Amino acid sequence: MAAIIETQHLTHIYGAGMPDATVALEDVSFSVEAGDFVGIIGSTGSGKSTLISHFNGLLKPTSGKVLVDGQDIWADPSQIRKFRFLVGMVMQYPEYQLFEETVYKDIAFGPKNMGLSEPEIDRRVHRAAEFCGLPIDYLNRSPFELSGGQKRRVAIAGVLAMEPRILVLDEPAAGLDPEGRDTILSQIRQYHKDTGTTVLLVSHSMEDIARYANRVLVMDQRRVAMYDEVEKVFARAPELLELGLSVPQVTKIFLKLREMGLDIATDVYTTPYAVKTVLKALEAKKEAAGC
Amino acid sequence: MENTPMICADQVRFRYDDQKDVWAVNGAGMTVKKGEFVVVLGANGCGKSTLAKHFNAILLPESGTVTVEGIPTTDEARLYDIRQRVGMVFQNPDNQIVATVVEEDVAFALENLGVPPEEIRRRVDEAMRMTGIYKHRLKGPHKLSGGQKQRVAIAGVIAMRPDCLVLDESTAMLDPRGREKVMSTIGHLNRDFGITVVAITHYMEEAAQADRVLVMSEGRVVMEGTPQQVFSQADKLHSLHLDVPQAVELRDELVKAGVPMPEGIIDEGSCAKALYDLLK
Repeated sequence: MAAIIETQHLTHIYGAGMPDATVALEDVSFSVEAGDFVGIIGSTGSGKSTLISHFNGLLKPTSGKVLVDGQDIWADPSQIRKFRFLVGMVMQYPEYQLFEETVYKDIAFGPKNMGLSEPEIDRRVHRAAEFCGLPIDYLNRSPFELSGGQKRRVAIAGVLAMEPRILVLDEPAAGLDPEGRDTILSQIRQYHKDTGTTVLLVSHSMEDIARYANRVLVMDQRRVAMYDEVEKVFARAPELLELGLSVPQVTKIFLKLREMGLDIATDVYTTPYAVKTVLKALEAKKEAAGC
Repeated sequence: MENTPMICADQVRFRYDDQKDVWAVNGAGMTVKKGEFVVVLGANGCGKSTLAKHFNAILLPESGTVTVEGIPTTDEARLYDIRQRVGMVFQNPDNQIVATVVEEDVAFALENLGVPPEEIRRRVDEAMRMTGIYKHRLKGPHKLSGGQKQRVAIAGVIAMRPDCLVLDESTAMLDPRGREKVMSTIGHLNRDFGITVVAITHYMEEAAQADRVLVMSEGRVVMEGTPQQVFSQADKLHSLHLDVPQAVELRDELVKAGVPMPEGIIDEGSCAKALYDLLK
């Protein structure tokens, strides 16, 4: 499959040419296949937010290129709006960006700006609200009457209503309780499955990335440190810890077991797989005793 | 006086709109002993932050009582005593910092209280050392990471020499490294300086470090016990929209699969040890 997003030697310098110029991204090259669900992790200041802000042209590369669907998004700067509709961006704490009188109007804001017809806008608002688990009767309420988690869903629905081909989310579950986290992330996964939309998810939570993504991009000090399938990245848990990232608690348990001298797999990152691994090890032990 | 609880809340009811029959806190009761490290868990909207705001008289109960070292929070004449004893740290570090230099921010409350300058210097230096931000004392807060800013906020409270620190999701906006640093700072203040800690959090791994865990739902305290006791009731926690640490989940799943695992596993250390004993 073709790459839907690609960066070529992408470098970004904040305040280039100024005395306080700061390099935020350095020579970043990677590509995302259409239909992937990519988790992006990295400690604070590693460049993840700078990176994702390039995908829909919020930031312009200092050097290097960003390609969306095979096209250099800055080839003709007057066409940049097209890419803003192609790549939907959900920022951190997006509920602070709600501003309309009703939930309906807020979700409709993006599609309206795309110049769509009323019936099409209406279809999209209902579809997006449904994907985000917002009951129909919420559409006429003020978004400010809703709880934090519900507001967040309205904000995400507003981006989904633009039906972008690529969905970029920066910490969509931050500050929610465990059930709220699961609900929002499961809805995003369902949306990904049903529509085939490519998803890029920035998260500090390795547990969440392990559960939802099929590939992981690890950023460290302005560069790409790892980019691979989930299981291959988690198999490098000691390196992740060295980069100051946390790994899922079950991964830590298996690392400890290995430190204690057990010969056991350390690429364990979900509970079901951990259970399987322990059962297998127990069987192997029984067999060894039987011989 | 030694046995007077740090904080005692009894039958507390509170609502934000006195025209509506919607209670944010609805008959909550809890006692925090001096020197304890208590974690409060609960889903969004369960009333835990509202209850926490009663602990230093930011909010007053509509009915029921809250006392701080025996002083009722409704005793207006002693408001300063209460606020000096119980310090609050909130979720967003950016909303709590007022000065342009770290050490000035830490000194802010003391200056307002009219503490003599040399005493301020001493206490501010001490607070910054206790929270591990001394080396950043001359920086602008905007140059610090979220975790560092949160520790500046904690230092500002510690400089007032409180007996108790109430943290309302103070690690929610931090990355894993910042969270770990803030949690270890809080642990250090509790263990080595005897400061009572009440921490509200959504992170089950943080709750596993506490002496005692309280769980709130619909404005009441519905579960209470050591982390071991609370996390051994995974089904009940799930029904309250909460999780257990992965170590607990792994232990429970193994038991379901017929593997004999001991009780009381709450963190990676105890889980690894049990697995090692099983597999060695």
